[in-house]
Amino acid sequence: MHNLLFYFFAGLTLLCGALVVVNPFSRNPITSAMFLVLTIASLAGIFVLLDAFFLAAVQILVYAGAVIVLFLFVIMLLNLKEEQRRQIRTFGLVTGLISVVAISAVFARTFMSARLHNTAPLPAVPGATRPLGALLFSQYLLPFEIVSVLLLVAMIGTILLSKRDV
Amino acid sequence: MTVPLEHVLFVSAGLFLLGLLGVIVRRNLLIIYMSLELMLNAGNLALVAFSRFNNDLNGQILVFFIITVAAAEVAVGLALIVALYRKRHTAHVEDLTAMKL
Repeated sequence: MHNLLFYFFAGLTLLCGALVVVNPFSRNPITSAMFLVLTIASLAGIFVLLDAFFLAAVQILVYAGAVIVLFLFVIMLLNLKEEQRRQIRTFGLVTGLISVVAISAVFARTFMSARLHNTAPLPAVPGATRPLGALLFSQYLLPFEIVSVLLLVAMIGTILLSKRDV
Repeated sequence: MTVPLEHVLFVSAGLFLLGLLGVIVRRNLLIIYMSLELMLNAGNLALVAFSRFNNDLNGQILVFFIITVAAAEVAVGLALIVALYRKRHTAHVEDLTAMKL
């Protein structure tokens, strides 16, 4: 059952990720954003199967909740019309495919040479959220606080950039 | 969970490559941004998988920070795109050639 669900979510993730990037039916950015939601939701499903329950919840709340809403807001704010079908330049396509092939060669080589001896399923960390919180507020307290400052800076920067007379 | 680690990593690599292809091939700034999110998510998936298969929670902490930083990055980036659109009335990278020699 677990395995079946994993392969289902994996296939859904890859399919929807592909539809975000190249959608043969629609050039509308909103369609891409919707498929991005699906990708992120199925990734959250994989996180649950990997016993990362807290991260699955965060993934749904932060990505599907906040980030996608931000994307949709901006798409509707910019009033982008159905993008006219421009000729995709062959140069861009060729360089893109070359880099994808090169990086997948690197990945393949890494997969070959890596001895992933740890493939045996291990027992789940019992109740992963509590140890995660304990770790976050003891060993990683300083990064946690720094991230809060980063969020503040991002907020100020966004407000400053959105002012009309910059 | 009896899925081998390789399969999870394979999904992660595939998602990363899709995102890379989108960043290079697509010409719409917003879609380039969404592809960047795909790449970040692929990294997160690999980290969660390693964390699970090594029974080590540090990987999940890293993913937590990545998600936070990605949210901040999206906010600032989209504000930049909106500001750019106000000045140039386009969200298409081919029309943004002010820095071209």
